[in-house]
Amino acid sequence: MPIDILMPALSPTMEEGKLAKWLKKEGDQVKAGDIIAEIETDKATMEVEAVDEGVLAKILVADGTENVAVNTPIGIIAAEGEDVSTAAAADPAKINPAVPAPAAEAPKQEEVAPVASAPQSVPAQAKAYDSSSEFPAGAELVSTTVREALRDAMAEEMRRDRDVFVMGEEVAEYQGAYKVTQGLLQEFGPKRVIDTPITEHGFAGIGVGAALSGLKPIVEFMTFNFAMQAIDHIINSAAKTLYMSGGQMGAPIVFRGPNGAAARVGAQHSHDYAAWYSNVPGLKVVMPYSASDAKGLLKSAIRDPNPVIFLENEIMYGKSFDVPKGDDFLIPIGKAKVVRPGTDVTIVSFGIGMTYALGAAEALAKEGIEAEVIDLRTIRPMDIETVIASVQKTNRCVAVEEGFPQSGVTAEIGMKIMEAAFDYLDAPVARVTGKDVPMPYAANLEKLALPNIGEVVAAAKAVCYR
Amino acid sequence: MAVAARKSKAPAQPKAAAKPARARAGKEGAGKVEGALSNTPTFTKDEDLHAYREMLLIRRFEEKAGQMYGMGLIGGFCHLYIGQEAVVIGMQMASKDGDQVITGYRDHGHMLACGMESRGVMAELTGRRGGYSRGKGGSMHMFSREKNFYGGHGIVGAQVSLGTGLAFADWYRDDKTVSLTYFGDGAANQGQVYESFNMAQLWKLPVVFVIENNRYAMGTAVSRASAQTDFSRRGVSFGIPGEQVDGMDVRAVREAAARAIEHARSGKGPYILEMQTYRYRGHSMSDPAKYRSKDEVQRMREEHDPIEQVRARLIRDFKIGEDELKAIDAKVREIVNDAAEFATHDPEPDPSELYTDILLEAARG
Repeated sequence: MPIDILMPALSPTMEEGKLAKWLKKEGDQVKAGDIIAEIETDKATMEVEAVDEGVLAKILVADGTENVAVNTPIGIIAAEGEDVSTAAAADPAKINPAVPAPAAEAPKQEEVAPVASAPQSVPAQAKAYDSSSEFPAGAELVSTTVREALRDAMAEEMRRDRDVFVMGEEVAEYQGAYKVTQGLLQEFGPKRVIDTPITEHGFAGIGVGAALSGLKPIVEFMTFNFAMQAIDHIINSAAKTLYMSGGQMGAPIVFRGPNGAAARVGAQHSHDYAAWYSNVPGLKVVMPYSASDAKGLLKSAIRDPNPVIFLENEIMYGKSFDVPKGDDFLIPIGKAKVVRPGTDVTIVSFGIGMTYALGAAEALAKEGIEAEVIDLRTIRPMDIETVIASVQKTNRCVAVEEGFPQSGVTAEIGMKIMEAAFDYLDAPVARVTGKDVPMPYAANLEKLALPNIGEVVAAAKAVCYR
Repeated sequence: MAVAARKSKAPAQPKAAAKPARARAGKEGAGKVEGALSNTPTFTKDEDLHAYREMLLIRRFEEKAGQMYGMGLIGGFCHLYIGQEAVVIGMQMASKDGDQVITGYRDHGHMLACGMESRGVMAELTGRRGGYSRGKGGSMHMFSREKNFYGGHGIVGAQVSLGTGLAFADWYRDDKTVSLTYFGDGAANQGQVYESFNMAQLWKLPVVFVIENNRYAMGTAVSRASAQTDFSRRGVSFGIPGEQVDGMDVRAVREAAARAIEHARSGKGPYILEMQTYRYRGHSMSDPAKYRSKDEVQRMREEHDPIEQVRARLIRDFKIGEDELKAIDAKVREIVNDAAEFATHDPEPDPSELYTDILLEAARG
């Protein structure tokens, strides 16, 4: 059967072009892959290849013709001796079943994303997550530093699952740059506790590759500032592959390490990346404050089949909290915690920001303002329902973070409250954040650049009109 | 699916030639390769027939994809593998079940060579629900855990660290499989490639780095982008062995691949193969290819075409008749046409797919 040669498109946006030149003439033999003509647009020249074998039986559009519409038949290839008179191509679909019939081009209504399957929105009467049963009843509580809690979480999960391993700079022989991986090498050996060279981009990629193949890596960054070298693999390789593979291939990996400001380490070692990672679908982002949350959430992160960004804080490593004894203590990812009930104003924060939130609540109580303090614990997926439930009660909210203000996590909290609880607000949502400057080194300037309890107290009073 | 169902593994191989034929290609690229030398490894009739069929399938598939792109059925980017077929087929002929394959965005040929269904690949190109990624990946992003194909990556060079990670997992599990990690002469200049080389050699990971040097990184000739244009030497400072291979001759590829894979599988660590090859088409479909002459392309096609070489051998050495070759051609065309037909009429993904596959459900407890 004769086959029409159609005017090809050079790009999805091309509608017409010039048929510059035929390189074969009628009667010539052609093979698949032979270049038979050249077409031009204002941007490019392209060659048209024969897609089948035969004789160029007829040229339908002559050399030099301008404005030839895409998919117009420009010539006919036939088998030797075949009659081509019937091939005249009014209906491309008849000749080449791959071409959709023109009728199918009927104007379509713009498709709207299906709301029904969109991520769940906050119900009108929001309900706070009840964290009261997180600690097993009667469990012995042990005062534990955040550092020890993180180490215990890793050790317990490594005992439980042979596919879990730790890699990073100085995690093994040096026992961790911040001693978080202390003792792991001794217990699990060099195959499961792996010192890497200083090569974040490379070892993050190796970690993701190992995760795609089914292992469960814990990749430690000495600080998340250095993860900027590796962010391509975190975002493009880890976060997107499940979606791009139609659900076939996920990356069960944890990226963890200290994040945000420590003390006097300058702009390149002080960045808080919570907002960056929380922007990306396909990631979970966890930023614990207490040792029990650090432990329970890290264990959940390691068991999670998705890539989890686990943001720690150097200043918090040495702080002690009660942690229930036992190696099956889990805190669910994606649930906030009301850590101090109150009635007058909601203060919501996460990570080290909780120190300002809790300090402010105490100070406010002395002035007769009862603040309800919420620890988000997970930034993505964000448990905004627990926040909304509180705001529906207090009608006022202050959001606190150490990160920069623009497009920050607190900006997102404010927006979400406006979307779900605008009618409940008696004052605009306020935020207290790190200042909009790179972190300075000088002690006085650094102090000014970070939030403090006084700023949170002032913001809370402002939204209470006091 | 019956038409498209195929098995990709090569017939049983004879022992590799006693004396390995090393680095025959000149430094200036595949174009300088002389015809078969006396120490060129030989193929049996079955091997040549297998290679012919497999390479032809890629060629015809890619021609059809180009045609469908021209008709607006395929969107976005579409990078064709035409001209480079001998590389992936020769590599696969030397690999074993369980070995992993990972590559960049010029990935259609690798998927077909891994035995992935042509229907599923073509339907992904057209963005339909029957595609390997259910229409959510496109030309550059397809995967098959079943066939050990790990993508399909659009960030140039990223697959090198990921492929080294696959090898890390092989090493961790000690399962004697090997990661075949493909990248181009362009990706070879990315920093993470050397980070990966370092760790692969440091830890003796079972990975073969296959550098497909097709002489142009998009529009930039190798000599304009690379201080060291002998890519087989790119691992020298890490102590990784490498060799240059005539990537237009499937026999040379298979032989070098067998050597490299054996090296990796036996615990000696990574190996670099620079495949000197050539892409006939533009970088992507919208590439006017002004950076090279038509003569250069025409000469490669006429003198070094990987498929024509095998076809000539089949006729000359194995007395395969035109009829038998025509039957193979017809069969391949049938597979490709079936794939195109399927990919044209398969429906687009359901709108509800927008919100699926973002996160996996965590197991409770």
